Amino acid sequence: MDPLLSGDIGLAEVLIVVLKVVVAFAALMVGVMLMVWFERKLVADMQNRIGPNRAGPFGLLQTLADGIKLFFKEELTPAEADPVVYRLAPYLSLIPAFLVFTVVPVAGNFSGDNDGVVTLFGHETLMQVADPQIGILLVLAMSSVAVYGIMLAGWSSGSKYPLLGSVRATSQMVSYEAALGLSVATVLLLAGSLSTNLIVDTQAGGRWNLWMTGLVPFVVFLVAGTAELNRPPFDLVEAEQELVGGFHTEYTALRFAMFFLAEFMNTVTMSAIIVTLFFGGPAGPTFGLTGWFPDYVLGFVYFFAKLFVFLFVFVWFRATLPRLRYDQLMDLGWKLLIPLALGWFLIVAAVKVAVDSSWNVAVVVVVAIAGLFLGGALLRLASRSGRAARLEEARSTGETPNQLTGGRS
Amino acid sequence: MSTTERDSVTDLAALDAARVRLNSDEAVLRMSQTEAEEAEGYRAPTQEGLGERMIMNMGPQHPSTHGVLRLVLELDGETITRSKPVIGYLHTGMERTGEELTYLQGPTNVTRMDYASPLFTELAFSLATESLLGIEVPERAQWIRMLMCEVNRLSSHMLFMATNGMDLGAVSMMLYGWREREELLRFLEAVTGLRMNHNYIRPGGVAADLPDGWRDHLLRAIDPLPERLEEFDTLMTGQPIWQNRLQGVGAITTEECYSLGVTGPILRSTGAAWDLRRDMPYLRYEEVDFDVLVGSFGDSFDRYAIRLGEMRESIRIIRQILDRMPSGDYRIQDKKVTPPPRARIDESMEALIHHFKIFTEGFKVPEGETYAAVESPRGELGVYIVSDGSSKPYRMHVRAPSFVNLQSLPHLMKDSLIADTVAIISSVDPIMGEVDR
Repeated sequence: MDPLLSGDIGLAEVLIVVLKVVVAFAALMVGVMLMVWFERKLVADMQNRIGPNRAGPFGLLQTLADGIKLFFKEELTPAEADPVVYRLAPYLSLIPAFLVFTVVPVAGNFSGDNDGVVTLFGHETLMQVADPQIGILLVLAMSSVAVYGIMLAGWSSGSKYPLLGSVRATSQMVSYEAALGLSVATVLLLAGSLSTNLIVDTQAGGRWNLWMTGLVPFVVFLVAGTAELNRPPFDLVEAEQELVGGFHTEYTALRFAMFFLAEFMNTVTMSAIIVTLFFGGPAGPTFGLTGWFPDYVLGFVYFFAKLFVFLFVFVWFRATLPRLRYDQLMDLGWKLLIPLALGWFLIVAAVKVAVDSSWNVAVVVVVAIAGLFLGGALLRLASRSGRAARLEEARSTGETPNQLTGGRS
Repeated sequence: MSTTERDSVTDLAALDAARVRLNSDEAVLRMSQTEAEEAEGYRAPTQEGLGERMIMNMGPQHPSTHGVLRLVLELDGETITRSKPVIGYLHTGMERTGEELTYLQGPTNVTRMDYASPLFTELAFSLATESLLGIEVPERAQWIRMLMCEVNRLSSHMLFMATNGMDLGAVSMMLYGWREREELLRFLEAVTGLRMNHNYIRPGGVAADLPDGWRDHLLRAIDPLPERLEEFDTLMTGQPIWQNRLQGVGAITTEECYSLGVTGPILRSTGAAWDLRRDMPYLRYEEVDFDVLVGSFGDSFDRYAIRLGEMRESIRIIRQILDRMPSGDYRIQDKKVTPPPRARIDESMEALIHHFKIFTEGFKVPEGETYAAVESPRGELGVYIVSDGSSKPYRMHVRAPSFVNLQSLPHLMKDSLIADTVAIISSVDPIMGEVDR
């Protein structure tokens, strides 16, 4: 709970909240603009190109120029489209992208017992727009709502390519949300709270969840998060080479710009969430520098530096990896990520119980990992026998089991 | 050519079986898009979870149909049940145009067919014309032709690498492929004056001798290539996602290839070692040492790997050519076929007359018919010419490998996903200019 709102609420408190909202909104917009530029420039570098360099210094204003151009374009609605849903969908995509950012602590003083509290205009507060007790649940809820934006956009376009894109989007995002949620659950188990501020606070002093949860939840979260973002190599939803533009094929002008904006905003917020959950957010050593400048500056530097690493990673993925196929994506999600995240969640839970009730931790870990392997082996057996049964059925009905055998059986 | 592969050609029972299989696998949608869409319920939903089918039109304006190929797909969810390639969107009547142009003007026309590897069509046309004329081009011209064709094969396969990478979402690959191709095109430009549509190989030899410094230029272009191909291996060949996307996708057997007339890397990917450069040698391919690469599964991955390997073989051939390039004439010294040098026209009345005759009427070609085939990057590229004794072909037909290979598309795509469609089209590597002619 934000200490700002714990006492009486007067004009000053309201103004501070409004200021935070305005600053967060503006910072996110500018950040997205720079992210688009950064991505284009970095991908260009990786591909031996120059990238945008016309608008503004180093092409920094390219995104703004594109935005202005799109603003003046005609908004077309296909004749077959469902007009209401068609217009609604871009907002369903954009608004959740904004809302997620409100719970991200972007700065704060996490040294000692400060709990991230800083003093702003003589009032104690947290450097995040809101710190609801359900913090992380809000993130998951918003990413679920964003699915509707994409799904409805594809469905309401009244066209075949967007339809396929939205069918892919729905199943992809719903499946990967499970893996995402399970890896988040491991973090919550250690933090003991859903509040993002408390999650960061428990990681202060180098006790990052990255190693406290044993790396696996982070990897699962990164992969599932990339899929949730529809970014390469999981960009099946808008796979240009297959579905032309996927769900946004029929969208033009500002409505298209909104999808575009939402996508990049999601990239920024997803990086921010990763930093918050696994890398201690704005927490970091102070080197005795406190008092030289306001409390929140150093935290912001740490937060931004960590954020930048993940923005780079997402662009790097895009420049390097080929796209997965739909069925391979589902296999990866359901047969690997979800069982792995679930198994790891149980191990972490077991270890936590063991530590709390002072059992022999080593034995618990060994038994838990053995259990994980056993479970994995059983799962593999199950999926193989299921495959064999399908093959047998395909043979008996005389159909070519081309897809099942992959031609290489 | 070892005898074992010959046997499979003559194994008539297997060929018949393949033909029956191809006819009965219901891979081809034998109706137009409109008819298919109107025929509602032509395939009612069945009990086994097979839903209604959807007809989807892919192309001619689509990012990955390699130009203006159009596919009408019958979909069950995302699975393709039947499909139909529709062609003709780039038809410009080049074969007919060829019958209005003289033999000397011919290469200008045919070079526009396969615009990714134009020199091969020029070569096939020139070989056919020369066989009708009964002339043999000088030694140096033959080696120059070989050199240029292999460089062109490299640039064409680089184009494949670029587009194949892009179609599968490895977008950086597109620019890497483009980068290497650019260097090769610069060499082609330095020699022929143009980056494409060279009109360089002509009946009687080549248009001009290799320019000064060509050897250094070529070495500059091909020396970094082996290292770059290693990078391709790192980026794609060994990449698990890449392998999963290509292995087992669009598989075809040798017999099916023979039945459909499919040649080139697609045929070789099935294990049949058929390469015209080795099996029906032309130019001086007998004198250079290279391997014919074959695959074993006949799938998209093998086709990719074969093309990657063929680039290495091409570099090997080019290095041998560099060692053995003879001196001499770059075109035949036959006054009836080759225009005289510019200086001679001022000195000799006879030279002026020959010059005038060649460029107005063209040289006459004896009556007869002939077929000359070369191994283009896409398969057997043949030119069939009937001459009535005049200076223009009476009939010219081009056996375009892209056109023939395109027939295999519905069979390759049967029961695959939309994402595979893109991988398959890409691995067949059709050039629509050549398909439609």
